[in-house]
Amino acid sequence: MSKYLLNKFLFTIDRDPELVERYRADPRGTVEWWENERAPVILNCPEAERSTWPTFTDVEREALATHDYVKLFELGSHNFLLLTLFIALFERDYEEPLAFQREFAAKLSHWSLPYPDIST
Amino acid sequence: MAKIAAVIASTHHPFYLRASTSTGADRPPFADEWVAKIKAFRETLTRANPDVLVMVGSDHFHQLWLDNYPQFLIGKAPYYDANYYNEEREFGLPRMFLQGDEELSGFLLRQGLDEGFDLAFSNELRVDHSVTCPIITLRPQADLPIVPVYTNIFAPPLPQPRRFVELGKAIRRMVEAWPSDKRVAIIGTGHLSLELGGPRQFGPHGPDPEFDRKAVSWIAASDIDAALAEVTLDSLWLPGNATHGFMDFMLMMGVAGENVKADYSDSLDLFHTMEAYFTWYPTEASS
Repeated sequence: MSKYLLNKFLFTIDRDPELVERYRADPRGTVEWWENERAPVILNCPEAERSTWPTFTDVEREALATHDYVKLFELGSHNFLLLTLFIALFERDYEEPLAFQREFAAKLSHWSLPYPDIST
Repeated sequence: MAKIAAVIASTHHPFYLRASTSTGADRPPFADEWVAKIKAFRETLTRANPDVLVMVGSDHFHQLWLDNYPQFLIGKAPYYDANYYNEEREFGLPRMFLQGDEELSGFLLRQGLDEGFDLAFSNELRVDHSVTCPIITLRPQADLPIVPVYTNIFAPPLPQPRRFVELGKAIRRMVEAWPSDKRVAIIGTGHLSLELGGPRQFGPHGPDPEFDRKAVSWIAASDIDAALAEVTLDSLWLPGNATHGFMDFMLMMGVAGENVKADYSDSLDLFHTMEAYFTWYPTEASS
């Protein structure tokens, strides 16, 4: 489990308008590029001073590559990051206000407490 | 010594600006009532005539991140830029610019450390909607210097609820000990029951109306004992997966004082969450 890295992906995509569009258009390619190029970058360090160890599990990589937010919820990614980024990706495809958010909730409706642990 | 002009606790709702400024078919049916309640609430701060605002809130993964996450942090900067691209994108919030009060920031940091709170600090903090929402609702002219106080209600492991209350009490004592003739309003925002990124999100009202009813009564009476008797880090998952923001209300109950009844309290049942607004005017006797 690399919940921290899942969250780091959601966090760094969500804060960059170009990466939001890139992830929407090409999720698998963006995840592959990000894991190779961006996952090792420590956000407050010079880029050369990289981490050497962070990688996704196969399940995590596949969930990101398929925009599978139900799976990402189940893997314990942070609920706020997950919702915010997926609103940015898909809200535009729905006509009614909050329709995407309600569909997101409905797709998780088989979950009751306790939810997956989000601690990192 | 500084005087506490008002203590204010509120929910923060990032959709208020959009709802209150929308017109025609875009204007939601609840907008007029919401605006009327906010204007009445705003008057409670205006009447207090503050010179500086201590603003308690929580970063929503904008600047603070899991590689280095502070539990409690005070901004100490001459200015604060505010709001982020993704808040503009999702909520229509504008970029804002606020003045700081470095003297009060420095005083709170020094006194806080000496009182046993190992506070983090930031000399370059871009604040987010947890600070700008109450500026928009309570002081839209954004003309007063601020001291941001950030709490971790977001990235487990979190501090215990009791610690939020204790920090609130300490902030009250420290502001009152600040050698200044300024009038300080202490404003903090949090949440009642709230679900974000889960199956109970964006329902017709908050995910747990019973919790909201109890929470409003605890806050209005500043009944710290009753809140602490029921609220734990584990129990806060039950009303909704973003309900740990209630601990910012508990901090503000600490600022207001044990069992000090709010001079003003109001609430509004909105889609997906309940809004709640409280103001205390400290007197010599209660301070």
